[in-house]
Amino acid sequence: MNIVIRKCLLAAVLTVLAAFLTTGCATEHRFIKKTAFKDTNQIVIEFAGPVDEAWAKNPSHYSVYEKPDPDIKLKIQTITLSPDRKTVALTFADPLNQNQPHVLTATGITSEGKSLGTAILSVKKVYLGYLFSILIGAMIINNFVFTKYLGLCVFFGTSQKKSTAVGMGITFTIVIVVSAMMAWFLYQFVLRPYRLNFLQIVVFIGLVSLSVQAVDTILRKVNPMLFKAFGVYLVLVIANCIIIAVPLILADNEYNALESLMLALGAGLGFLIALFLMSSVRERLELARVPPTYRGLPIAFVVAGLFALAFLGFSGMSIF
Amino acid sequence: MPATTKTNFQLVSNGILNENPIFRLALSMCPAVGISTTVMNGLMLGIAVLFVQVFSSCTIAAIKNYIHPRIRIPTYTLTIATWVTVIDLVLAAYVPAAYKEMGIFVKLIVAFAIITMRLETFACKNTVSASFWDGIGMGFGFMFGMVALGFVRELLGMGTLLGYDVLGFRPLLFFVLPAAGFFCVGIMMAVFNYVEIVYNRKKRAR
Repeated sequence: MNIVIRKCLLAAVLTVLAAFLTTGCATEHRFIKKTAFKDTNQIVIEFAGPVDEAWAKNPSHYSVYEKPDPDIKLKIQTITLSPDRKTVALTFADPLNQNQPHVLTATGITSEGKSLGTAILSVKKVYLGYLFSILIGAMIINNFVFTKYLGLCVFFGTSQKKSTAVGMGITFTIVIVVSAMMAWFLYQFVLRPYRLNFLQIVVFIGLVSLSVQAVDTILRKVNPMLFKAFGVYLVLVIANCIIIAVPLILADNEYNALESLMLALGAGLGFLIALFLMSSVRERLELARVPPTYRGLPIAFVVAGLFALAFLGFSGMSIF
Repeated sequence: MPATTKTNFQLVSNGILNENPIFRLALSMCPAVGISTTVMNGLMLGIAVLFVQVFSSCTIAAIKNYIHPRIRIPTYTLTIATWVTVIDLVLAAYVPAAYKEMGIFVKLIVAFAIITMRLETFACKNTVSASFWDGIGMGFGFMFGMVALGFVRELLGMGTLLGYDVLGFRPLLFFVLPAAGFFCVGIMMAVFNYVEIVYNRKKRAR
């Protein structure tokens, strides 16, 4: 009996998870199967059935812009329709910036003389690669500590010893993933549908404190050894501004579940990397002869400045 | 700590000099490094922090007798979050250009350690008026730090002050780079340390 209940529970959880993952595609039109970038200046739309040639060949039926700037409409040069009338390829005058998601609006789609309404589609790069680029972007290229200057209080407080740094980094990564996913869920399914966007700050900060408390309680019961090692850092996590910045960024950019997961993971791992680098230098600094006015925090700031300069070298890099 | 016996003036000067949030307590470093590129930015964020600090200090001081000790930290957090939401919406409505420049940092005031710390160590033990003056002191101390950093970075980086051309040339473009924020804060802290060391030595010699 018990096993049956467990299986039912598992199935329910899996369904909820699946529902989660597919919500990112909820805005897609039912008649459109796929949209993708092709070459440097093409977007290909694949329809579920044949579309009318007269509709498909008219450029005024399409409008395309990069998601961050809706005012700048991209210019369409030619439109080609495949022989089976199921695939339309839009060729643009200029190469597309494929790192940005594009929004494509197709007005009044007609198929076999029937009107199928307007579709607003988002065009993104090949998915796995896109996710990976979010992860690496948050971890290294836009490292939260060295290029966005967040979480500095905790960063300088816990980077004196390598063991402390690693402990803090791991704890922080776990907490940020948990709390960011919860924040994403609440934002997508409660705050946005009920137009409560202005409550963002209150809700997210409450959620963060709650999830820290939850991780604390769960860890204490499930794995006391681990709790002994990492418990002390849990309190510090709340004082870190990255943990509140990530939900705010997720809400601003309307990321879907997987993208949010990657961003949170990247932020956590990036913090871990930064802490580890910094603590290795500061362990050496203990042995160096530092002028008395610079001892302690001032020299740590100068070192962090050097790291930030080094990380500037990553800026503008793009993967895939 | 019993209720404070300091005068209002001492409370304010304490926040600006002895316990300056940026250079002495080394709290709330993120904005000090991140957006102190111009005097104007520093001033705007300083005003926002001053507002949040004063109002949350007063709120907590007024309701301190009704807060159960075990839930005091969540109460502080929610109080701060409420006032941050207020200033966030006000800034977005009335000064959209400056708000855009400060980006996410206005919302992040909620995570500034300095505000929670003042509530915990001062406001929950003192009267409303004393907390008000303490909040003013801390807010102005933060604003002073931000403006000082902004002054150095804007003057050296772009040769301007508050947008007006002062020098007529750009001495060191390096200071506009975000990474220079770390160097500036580090050097400023060293200056504060140096002054303290010299001051103590003189006192001892006397």
